[in-house]
Amino acid sequence: MIGSFVNIGERTNVTGSAKFRRLILEGDFQAGLAIAREQVENGAQIIDVNVDDGMLDGPETMTTFLNLIASEPDIARVPVMIDSSSWPVIEAGLRCVQGKPIVNSISLKEGEESFLAHAKLVRRYGAAVVVMAFDERGQGESAERRYEICARAYKLLTEVADFPPEDIVFDPNVFAVATGMAEHNDYANAFFEAVRLLRANLPHCHVSGGVSNVSFAFRGNNAVREAMHSAFLYHAIRAGMDMGIVNAGQLTLYEDIPAELRERVEDVLLNRRPDDATERLLEIAQQHQGGGAAARTTVDLSWRQAAVDKRLEHALVHGIDEYVVEDTEEARLEAARPIEVIEGPLMAGMNVVGDLFGSGKMFLPQVVKSARVMKKAVAHLLPFIEAEKTEGEARTRGRIVMATVKGDVHDIGKNIVGVVLQCNNFEVIDLGVMVPCAKILETARREKADMIGLSGLITPSLQEMAYVASEMRRLDFDVPLLIGGATTSKAHTATKLVPNYDGPVVHVVDASRAIGVVSALVSEEQRAPFLADVRSEYERIAADRAGGGVRSGTEPLAAARSNRAAIDWTEATPTRPHQLGLSVFDDYDLNALAARIDWRPFFAAWELHGRFPAILDDPRVGEAARPLYDDAQAMLQRLIAEKWLRPSAVVGLWPANAVGDDIEIYADETRQQIVARVHTLRQQMTREGQGRANLALADFVAPKDSGVADYLGGFAVTAGAEIEARAEAFKAAQDDYSAILLQALGDRLAEAFAEHMHACVRQEIWGYAPDEALSNDELIAEKYRGIRPAPGYPACPDHSEKQTLFDLLDAEARAGIRLTESFAMYPASSVSGYYFAHPESRYFGLGRIGRDQVVDYAQRKGVSVATVERWLAPNLAYNPVENAA
Amino acid sequence: MGKQAKRIAALKAASARRILVLDGAMGTMIQDRELGEADYRGTRFADHGSDLKGNNDLLTLTQPEIIGDIHRLYLEAGADIIETNTFNATAISQMDYGTQGLAYELNRTAAELARAAATAVERADPDRPRFVAGAIGPTSRTASLSPKVEDPGFRNVDFETLRVAYGEAARGLIDGGADILLVETVFDTLNARAALFAIDELFEELGETLPIMISGTITDLSGRTLSGQTAEAFWNSVRHARPFSVGLNCALGPTELRAHVAELARVADTLVSAYPNAGLPNEMGGYDETPEAMAEHLGEWARAGLVNLVGGCCGTTAAHIAAIAEAVADVPPRSIPEVPRRLRLSGLEPFELRA
Repeated sequence: MIGSFVNIGERTNVTGSAKFRRLILEGDFQAGLAIAREQVENGAQIIDVNVDDGMLDGPETMTTFLNLIASEPDIARVPVMIDSSSWPVIEAGLRCVQGKPIVNSISLKEGEESFLAHAKLVRRYGAAVVVMAFDERGQGESAERRYEICARAYKLLTEVADFPPEDIVFDPNVFAVATGMAEHNDYANAFFEAVRLLRANLPHCHVSGGVSNVSFAFRGNNAVREAMHSAFLYHAIRAGMDMGIVNAGQLTLYEDIPAELRERVEDVLLNRRPDDATERLLEIAQQHQGGGAAARTTVDLSWRQAAVDKRLEHALVHGIDEYVVEDTEEARLEAARPIEVIEGPLMAGMNVVGDLFGSGKMFLPQVVKSARVMKKAVAHLLPFIEAEKTEGEARTRGRIVMATVKGDVHDIGKNIVGVVLQCNNFEVIDLGVMVPCAKILETARREKADMIGLSGLITPSLQEMAYVASEMRRLDFDVPLLIGGATTSKAHTATKLVPNYDGPVVHVVDASRAIGVVSALVSEEQRAPFLADVRSEYERIAADRAGGGVRSGTEPLAAARSNRAAIDWTEATPTRPHQLGLSVFDDYDLNALAARIDWRPFFAAWELHGRFPAILDDPRVGEAARPLYDDAQAMLQRLIAEKWLRPSAVVGLWPANAVGDDIEIYADETRQQIVARVHTLRQQMTREGQGRANLALADFVAPKDSGVADYLGGFAVTAGAEIEARAEAFKAAQDDYSAILLQALGDRLAEAFAEHMHACVRQEIWGYAPDEALSNDELIAEKYRGIRPAPGYPACPDHSEKQTLFDLLDAEARAGIRLTESFAMYPASSVSGYYFAHPESRYFGLGRIGRDQVVDYAQRKGVSVATVERWLAPNLAYNPVENAA
Repeated sequence: MGKQAKRIAALKAASARRILVLDGAMGTMIQDRELGEADYRGTRFADHGSDLKGNNDLLTLTQPEIIGDIHRLYLEAGADIIETNTFNATAISQMDYGTQGLAYELNRTAAELARAAATAVERADPDRPRFVAGAIGPTSRTASLSPKVEDPGFRNVDFETLRVAYGEAARGLIDGGADILLVETVFDTLNARAALFAIDELFEELGETLPIMISGTITDLSGRTLSGQTAEAFWNSVRHARPFSVGLNCALGPTELRAHVAELARVADTLVSAYPNAGLPNEMGGYDETPEAMAEHLGEWARAGLVNLVGGCCGTTAAHIAAIAEAVADVPPRSIPEVPRRLRLSGLEPFELRA
């Protein structure tokens, strides 16, 4: 998966790797290629190639090496970073690559003319570019200088050289710290600050750097160097660095740095104790030489006395991973072949887990912990199994390719399903999030998958799933297609997916249901009757829908409009916001958010349903809920103490008036210049004789012709982009449990943040309810004035309106939240929406709308009817295909 | 506004309104004439030192009426855009016949010939402008691949040689009056990048730009170009040229090509073109897909919103183009998707930075 931080492999660089230098000087390019391959296998997403050495003919060596890489598909699949301080070498490289590379680097060192000449050529060759913070006066050292140089380069590139801003990567100079020179003390800190300035002020740009420079003073002491790299990266990524030249294989986890070492490293990096930070790090550097492992405390427990297979079972059922490697090793020594450990005691233990889960005696969080133990055990055995080189592949019950579809970023549920299936001895190939259809199907075909699982949370993903289904038909697939995720439903599956594909399509409502479905599909006896049941159920649903669609008629749009919410605008003047325009909140206090978490949805994500805190004492699920809650609290405390996340928010309040079903947003109080139009949709269900209005959100804003000055608000908040990378790190460490826990907490923190900002808006920023005093429970019960509906949700289900909102908020630059092509927010732990202040404003569901409104809405938005029909597919009261014909 | 500037404006306007039709194969139509060595030589090359049969591009000079006639047939069949007879008219490809010195003349004359044919048909139907795409083929050499199995670092052509040869061809096409430059049948994206580099240099020198069409070739069922790229990686490699269109042609028939065109249609924020072969070659090396069958496929692509320009490649004839033109006549063109600004790179596979 493409993470939010890009690892650039650094080993094929003669200035950084003595080994690579020696090989290239000796002309042993084959061995050089092996280093390149190893980097890609270890996860480098781009490889840096540098042959700058006085003993080498630069252009010729660059040409030879890149030509050789071109003939190795397993290396050439990733882009190249052509790295040289000599332009002829860079140009030689640019003439060898068919892909789009990155040039590293150009700078203003020799003035604007040469900078622009190089930039023009880079663009003509079709490459992205790294720009060093280096100008005629030298390298930028203070944060301000580093930023100024880059900002000047950015302006020249975008305004003079016509360079796409997204193709610009700044390298604001990673210099060595703790060198003993006082003027170097602030170098790392200034780097972090420069990164922040760059990312905040130069739209679409990226930041990279050569991380290993920072620890130059500690050459020979790898333990300290790695700790420095890891801590440096941790802070740089939080500041916004999104690429880095690093040796990913040799990076200590930030959390694994011993506390004392970490503190002293951070004192140096953050320049917290300018007088003695270096000395203090040197003091303890010696004892960490060679990576002195901290002594571990062991608690002897009675279950440790049992036979090894019982110990493994105990560890699996109780999710204890502390001893699993040694126990697995013991079992391996006893077994004839390593594979027998998996097929014997480990599978037996997992069968116990599966039975307990199936009978409702274990719950998801516990099962996921069991999976973590299992993964560790299998990871220990794999090298032995491979070394054995017989047909030692573990026999699994089936192979499933799973993915969150293109345009969608949500994967907690999918991850849980994946883990549960693995626990039940299915092989899961998880392609991650935002996966294009072709990749899913290619992988399924190549890996001979027994079934494909698609997940998605937002409504546009339903469309993408229909596309995948139709592609499966076109490409003659016949394997079952499983559908899951919050917006999916049996009805959608039955009416929109089943007709697109000839193989079985099954909606899987949650993780606990997944095993039943998947097991039935791979069972020779169960498969046919199971599918027959599903088919007849879906046919019934489809038939009901078809009939129902005709019966539930809609009011004509004109009639619905005349039945709008009757609000008397002469009665009260809307409050003028205290702070018009944008308010930005960066690095928000996590403590304030943690206190506002609504725990009920957190437990629901783990399929534990019930009110909080009663759920902790629930006789059925309490036993699972309590440790989960403890783990969540522990992680919460840790993520607060160690500042894992950097929550950001942007709030906007603008003069606005309704015009029909649209809301006009004005540049200022003169209300002359319209900066945007928010398009809302109106309910069209029959309300005759019910005395209820046909609502649209526009009803809650004063109409323009009323002459009343009204306002609309908008917001976007995120718990922090860091979640994605950290969750990936947990997964890489075989710890899916912590990954899912973190993602689930991130979602809750984002919601809490949204709730908290709403209160701030009501009481202060807008200030229409200055005296409001509500408890957290009352807040969760939404007992306040005003609403914060989100585009894509029931009152305004058109996700594409989020773009207007995000443009108004400048949300990407201000809060670091981006929209995918399906208008999902990335990072996933984000919330956005509008603020309506009127006391009568309330949440409602749009329901189904007629073609008359779709045509009207398309015209108002300036898009085609087909586009609207696509985004609003679940809300149409008619079948768009029939109507088009 | 000059005549050509007006035509370019008309091209852009027409592409917004409807699906434009490209012509079909030149080679197939020439084969039908069953020309011999003497026909290829004509009087001008009667004494040329090596065989010239098969040098189809040379017919521009020796049999201009045949080439003009083929252009006319395609225009009458309903093509909006015809391709110049210059697929192999670079110095590099002409070297195989010892005619490398003719490259500029071949391109310039071919563009003039095509432009004359287009103008003649326009005169009869003035409401519908016709356009000439100057075809720039892949050459007979590849810059990313070694022809020697034992020496993977070896290359028989380099970027500089390609850049010079492509620059010469493009100059001839522009001087001869081409409305569009079509970098086509891209087997090896590095060759195409050299062509795009040369064209960009030329535009700067001439102080004018023409729309660029780029069309890659997925060579087999692996779904990759000959040089190993996926469709999206290919797009990332050429999008810096900000082309008028990007698409795929040749090598595969419509059935096999569809998924790759669909992928481009989803990622490219520019027009998408497709001109497949008339099916895969049969055991005799011929192409079997009938005009009706091909039109059915391309009509379906059009209705699925995948394409803005369609036509035919190897094995297609005027009858194919007529059927295709009819099939897409009333179908609205694909709308160009909005693609978020992101750092996109490529090796053999695409790379996208989301943060």
